[in-house]
Amino acid sequence: MSKQKSMWYEFYKGIWEINPTFKQILGTCPTLAVTVSVMNGIAMALATTFVLVFSSLFISMVRKLIPNQVRIAAYIVIIAAFVTVADLVMKAKFPELSKALGPFVPLIVVNCIILGRAEAFASKNSPLRSFLDALGNGAGFLLALVVMGGIREIIGSRTFLGYQVMPNGFEPWLIMILPAGAFLTFGLLMGFSNAYLERKKRIEQQQKILQYRKSENELKEAEA
Amino acid sequence: MDLLIIFISATVVNNFVLSYFLGICPFIGVSNKTSSALSMGMATTFVMVLTAIVSWLLYFLILVPYGLEFLQIPSFILVIAALVQFVEMVIKKVSQPLYRALGIFLPLITTNCAILGLALLLSMREYTFMQSVVFGFGAGAGFTLALFIMSGIREELELTDVPKPFRGAPITLITAGLLALAFMGFAGMI
Repeated sequence: MSKQKSMWYEFYKGIWEINPTFKQILGTCPTLAVTVSVMNGIAMALATTFVLVFSSLFISMVRKLIPNQVRIAAYIVIIAAFVTVADLVMKAKFPELSKALGPFVPLIVVNCIILGRAEAFASKNSPLRSFLDALGNGAGFLLALVVMGGIREIIGSRTFLGYQVMPNGFEPWLIMILPAGAFLTFGLLMGFSNAYLERKKRIEQQQKILQYRKSENELKEAEA
Repeated sequence: MDLLIIFISATVVNNFVLSYFLGICPFIGVSNKTSSALSMGMATTFVMVLTAIVSWLLYFLILVPYGLEFLQIPSFILVIAALVQFVEMVIKKVSQPLYRALGIFLPLITTNCAILGLALLLSMREYTFMQSVVFGFGAGAGFTLALFIMSGIREELELTDVPKPFRGAPITLITAGLLALAFMGFAGMI
């Protein structure tokens, strides 16, 4: 039972605890570049997750066969193979999305999330665990891109996934769909998430101090 | 004239960092000191020009004639990795001071998406050889420019009172946003 629980942990830790975008600050380039709309973000995250899951699984399966000195080169070749698959499938099935994402689909090769997970996790763990870890990290990346894309699309073009959500009276902020908006949104999101975490930590500490004082008082009363 | 337009476009109008979002990692990572920003920028420019030359030759003389365009991604990434390794060895042999100045930045360049992005863009746009070289140099110059301005601003930021949760990466990103806004002023030039 405890083993099953830890398997679940391998998956969900990627979503928030070690979220690749907001916690590890990896893969910033695609996060900023493709989040003009939610749809682009989802497509990018799914393509990345596909590559991440399969390369993690594959690397974890052959991890004992790769000599330590050339492991990075071997990982890159494996990743590049899966990126080629993703790129060709997207070009054939979703030509419009592929055009919108431009060079960012082939650039998944140098997305640090994938190499990072390969090096930090898949090279040391069993295929099943690596698979779950990759899936979790992919989900975390998807979450980050949807949040970023959502904010930028709603404010920048009044729509969410192409459906209008803001009233016509709302003047769209053109800046949000321009490059500058991406930097600003990401910076503000990161800052506010830091502020929230810090506040949570401070409240926890205060509660600890209160509890400590309480127990101290109780001790004194008991002595008296 | 055509070449000049490509150069200006790659340097300021479509700056790699501020409008294509390529090379954000070093942009955030090594932009806290002007001197290291300049070294990184120069090393990257150097590798970019070489990459432009080699990947153009590879793509248009080997991959396209033999119909192997689908091997583009793996072959580009291998060529770039080998190239960076090679450049590192040559610099180490030829100029020790330069090697010491660039030292740690060179291996980092392999994982810089601006380099692979450059190779992909020039094959996508089907530039001629000269255009590719100029494009590579312009992109490198633009990268250096963005990194240099950013590091100058960050040196000043060290002395200011930034709210605590925004220190580090968040304020850097917001500054980059303002910088990108300023660079939008170049948009009408071409």
